Amino acid sequence: MTEIRFEKVWKEYGSAIVLENVDLTLADHEFLVVIGPSGVGKTTLLRLLLAQERPTRGRILLDGAEIAAEPTADRGVVFQRYSVFPHKTVLANVMLGPQWAGSPLLGRLFGARRRALRERAMALLDRVGLAEHAKKYPAQLSGGMQQRLALAQSLINKPKVLLLDEPFGALDPGSRRAMHVLVRELWEEQAMTIVMVTHDLMEAFHLGTRVVAIDRPRRDPQAPERYGATITSDFCAKPRIVRDSFRFEAARLRAAAEREADAPFLTRERD
Amino acid sequence: MRRIINYAPSPGVALLLGAAPFVAVGMFYLAASDARLAVDAADKLMPGLSAFYAQMSRLMTRVDPAVAQPLFWYDTWWSLSRLLQGIGWSALIGIVGGILIGFIPFLRATFEPLIFALSLIPPLAVLPILFIAFGLGETSKLVLIVFGIAPFIVRDVVLLVAAIPREQIIKAQTLGASTWQMIVDVVLPQALPRLIESVRLSLGSAWLFVIAAEAITAEGGLGYRIFLVRRYLAMDVILPYVVWITLLAFLLDYALRKLSAAAFPWAKLREA
Repeated sequence: MTEIRFEKVWKEYGSAIVLENVDLTLADHEFLVVIGPSGVGKTTLLRLLLAQERPTRGRILLDGAEIAAEPTADRGVVFQRYSVFPHKTVLANVMLGPQWAGSPLLGRLFGARRRALRERAMALLDRVGLAEHAKKYPAQLSGGMQQRLALAQSLINKPKVLLLDEPFGALDPGSRRAMHVLVRELWEEQAMTIVMVTHDLMEAFHLGTRVVAIDRPRRDPQAPERYGATITSDFCAKPRIVRDSFRFEAARLRAAAEREADAPFLTRERD
Repeated sequence: MRRIINYAPSPGVALLLGAAPFVAVGMFYLAASDARLAVDAADKLMPGLSAFYAQMSRLMTRVDPAVAQPLFWYDTWWSLSRLLQGIGWSALIGIVGGILIGFIPFLRATFEPLIFALSLIPPLAVLPILFIAFGLGETSKLVLIVFGIAPFIVRDVVLLVAAIPREQIIKAQTLGASTWQMIVDVVLPQALPRLIESVRLSLGSAWLFVIAAEAITAEGGLGYRIFLVRRYLAMDVILPYVVWITLLAFLLDYALRKLSAAAFPWAKLREA
């Protein structure tokens, strides 16, 4: 169970107010998408949640406890670019997190633990469709593949929340669609919470279970920096009750399919 | 008729074109040397090939009684060992100092202005101080080289570390990395190719400092020999020595380039 709470969060730089009075409670296993015009503070909101920046007022709680003052392993992230390490192979990139956790001094695991980790990493790479590229360097991958790698790299650590900062912004439409499918499936499988920032409205409603728009509700033409952005609308895109009923139905169908051992037309197809 | 920038030579032609100026300079020298020797057979300023050959084979093979080995190899050994030690220490200081200063904000605030100031001091201007403080032996020469190139390398590494995308560092932290782990697994590997680049760029200055130090005082060395025989107008020694120093510099540079390409295959990919 993961619950994220923004309690009256403000972010100011000197006299310029970026975010004002952001109040938000996000239940477990939600896919929150934050939309809004460019430069309004969407990314700032995400950075606050990442603790890359600190709120000037208010608190951000993760499962009831205030989040650490620096980025930590409970919040994974995928940025629009530069999310993978160019000097490590695809497989090494994915293995990094657990190696760091398991070996404080060397950052390397050996023997059986290494083999076990390798298998986990390969399984994850297989899941995101990069298994045959395991030995390549990120620069040899396309933009979409790099983003899939970044996802796998974060997911191996099993973060409570996955933060996505316009992760598909630099991709061509084809790989963008493929990424949408992958992210949705991963969100279902891992039953985690995702917070994504985008300026693409279609994408927001296609992926999100909850969509919030942030904007500046007030404007002072003489001093535009005096009013910050806040949540201006909060939309439940896919109500939990509908999602739950879909899930129960899927489980029922699966159970039925297992009873009828030879019923290939009922098994889930992946596109 | 296309624009001139749109004509490119084929690889073979490029090689020929690149070699042509060298051949031209060589021919010009030989012609001028012949002309001078025709007027005065004892001319020392532009010796001919036979004089070079005689002098060099003597320096390379005849065991000098004072140092118990041929002078040419003795000098080469001295200069190379000074150069490599100086570069080695500078690279070590550069990578350790550069990473710590570039990566840790408090260290950066403390030491960056100092490194900047140090890099502005002309090293040759402090050479007398070094000779006074460290004596006339090897220490002062080593310190001169390090003083001359280490601040440059440190600054270069600091800039590189600062240029690593913030996203990568944040990502590493969300994967649970400690500062030490980020230094070892994220910053250091990405700084090493740049370190080799900066060492390559500093090779020229390193040679300058080696030769400057040797010119003043030394037991032996390529620069020492050049400045020693200068008073006899021994161009038959000086010119081959200069060519040899150039060749050594080229070989070192080439070796570093190959090392970088072999050790960091990913660095080339990123440029592409």
